[in-house]
Amino acid sequence: MTVHFQRELDKLKKRILSLGAMVEERFRMAVKALETRDGELSRKIIEADREIDETEVEVEEECLKILALYQPLAADLRFITAVIKINNDLERIGDEAVNIAQRVENISRRPPVNIPVQYSVMAEKVEAMLKGSLDALVNLDLDLAYEVCVMDDEVDMMNRDNYDKIKDAIRNQPERVAYMINLFLISRHLERIADHATNIAEEVIYLIDGVIHRHRRRWEEKGEKPAGLM
Amino acid sequence: MPGKVDVRENAGFSMENAIKMATNHLNFYYGDFLALQGVSLEFYENRVTALIGPSGCGKSTLLRCLNRMNDLIPFTRVEGQVLLDGEDIYDPDVDVVTLRRRVGMVFQKPNPFPKSIFENVAYGLRVNGVRDKDRIGERVEQSLRDAALWDEVKDRIYQSALGLSGGQQQRLCIARALAVEPEVLLMDEPASALDPIATQKIEDLIDQLKESYTIIIVTHNMQQAARVSDFTGFFFMGELVEVDETKNIFTRPKVKQTSDYITGRFG
Repeated sequence: MTVHFQRELDKLKKRILSLGAMVEERFRMAVKALETRDGELSRKIIEADREIDETEVEVEEECLKILALYQPLAADLRFITAVIKINNDLERIGDEAVNIAQRVENISRRPPVNIPVQYSVMAEKVEAMLKGSLDALVNLDLDLAYEVCVMDDEVDMMNRDNYDKIKDAIRNQPERVAYMINLFLISRHLERIADHATNIAEEVIYLIDGVIHRHRRRWEEKGEKPAGLM
Repeated sequence: MPGKVDVRENAGFSMENAIKMATNHLNFYYGDFLALQGVSLEFYENRVTALIGPSGCGKSTLLRCLNRMNDLIPFTRVEGQVLLDGEDIYDPDVDVVTLRRRVGMVFQKPNPFPKSIFENVAYGLRVNGVRDKDRIGERVEQSLRDAALWDEVKDRIYQSALGLSGGQQQRLCIARALAVEPEVLLMDEPASALDPIATQKIEDLIDQLKESYTIIIVTHNMQQAARVSDFTGFFFMGELVEVDETKNIFTRPKVKQTSDYITGRFG
C-alpha cells in the first residue's frame, strides 16, 4: 500500500466527515427555523445548499479517481463504495433540510394554527439518528449503526401520528388547508431525513462486516448481528 | 482405488463441480526446509483456481507438486497426498510421463523449442508415441486454434518459433501443452513477461480454456487473479491461509493476513 494511497484515503475520510458536519449544521439550522418560524433563517439555508451540492460532486470525483488509480480491494474497496453512497445520502439530507426551510418560510408568512403537532421531539430523534450514523462511520461502531436503524421505526410512527392529527385538523378547519399541508410536509421531510440517516448506518454496517443489510427487516427477523469480518 | 477424500476444512463453500485435483495435508521439504505445511486444497473441475501470496510463500512449489515436477529437484520429499480424480499421484505405480501429459504446465518465461512452430506442438505427441502424420497434423492445428494462435501463424507454421513475439510464444507453449490433451493446466505466472495486450489475450484464452480443462494459476498480479479465477487461495510461509470464491477473497476476506496482503499493507 503506497503512502500516496493511504494519504488519499485519509483525505477522503476527512472530506466525507466534513460534508457530514456541514449537513448536520444545515439540519440544525432548519430545526431552529422551524421552532422559531424564522423566515429569514430559512432563506439563508436555501441559499447555502449550493455548498453541499458542490462538495458532493467533489467527493464523488475523488472516489472515482481512487477506484481508477489504485484498484482498491477488500475493506478499502468497501470503504470507497460506502463513501459514494453516504455522500449521496448526505446531499439528499441537505436537500430535505432546504425543503423544511421552504415549508417554514411558507407557513411563517401565515397566521399560525392551533393544532397539537409539535416537531421538537421528532426533530431531536432525527438529529440523534443523523449524528449517530456519522459517529458510527467515524468510529466504525457496529452497535451504534444498528441502534440508528432501530430508531427509524420510531420516527416512522411519529410521522404517521402527525398525518392523522393533521388530517383531523384539515377536517375541522378546511379553510386553513394550505397551511396544514405545508405543516404535514415538514413531518414528511423529517421522516425522509431519518430514512437517509438509516441508509448511512446500513452503509457503515456493510463497510464493517462486508454484508449488505438493506431491506432491514432481514436483520430484525434474524435477531442477531453477524460476526465481524475483515 | 482410494475413496474420495474430504479436504474441505479451509473452504467455506460447497460446489456442484467435481473435484479434479486435491491435496491432502501436503508437506513438502527441500532438504530440511519445510516449504509447504499441511496444505489441504481442492481444485474444482472446469474452474480456474488462482494461488496468490508473497514471494517465497510456496505457491510455485505447490504447483510443481501437482505434476511432480519437483521430482527433478534433488533432496526433496513429499508427505501427504496429491490426488488426481481421487488417486494419489505419488503412488509408486504412477507413470510420471503419463501424469505430466494429463497435468500440463506453462511457465512464466515462454520457452519454445528452437524448432518450427509445427514441431514445437508436435513434439509432445511424438514423445507420447503418436506416429500417424495426419493425426499429428490435426492435433497441431486444433491445439493452435485452441490456443488462439492458429490464424496468426497458419501461413508460417514451418518457420522457427523463435521468430514469434513474446505473447505468441507463450500461446505456442500453451498449444504445446494442449496438444497432448491434458485434463489439468498448471500455469506459473503465464503473463508476467508479457505486455498488457498480450496479457489480455492470455486471460481471454484462460477463460475459454476452462470450459474444457481445469486450470490452476500462480500469479503475483492480484488484479489478474481477480479477473481470471473462480477461486483464490492465499498462501503465506508455506501454509494455505484462506481459500474462497475469488469475489469474496477480494471484497471481504475472512482472515486479517489475507486482507493485509491484498490491500498492500504488508510485503
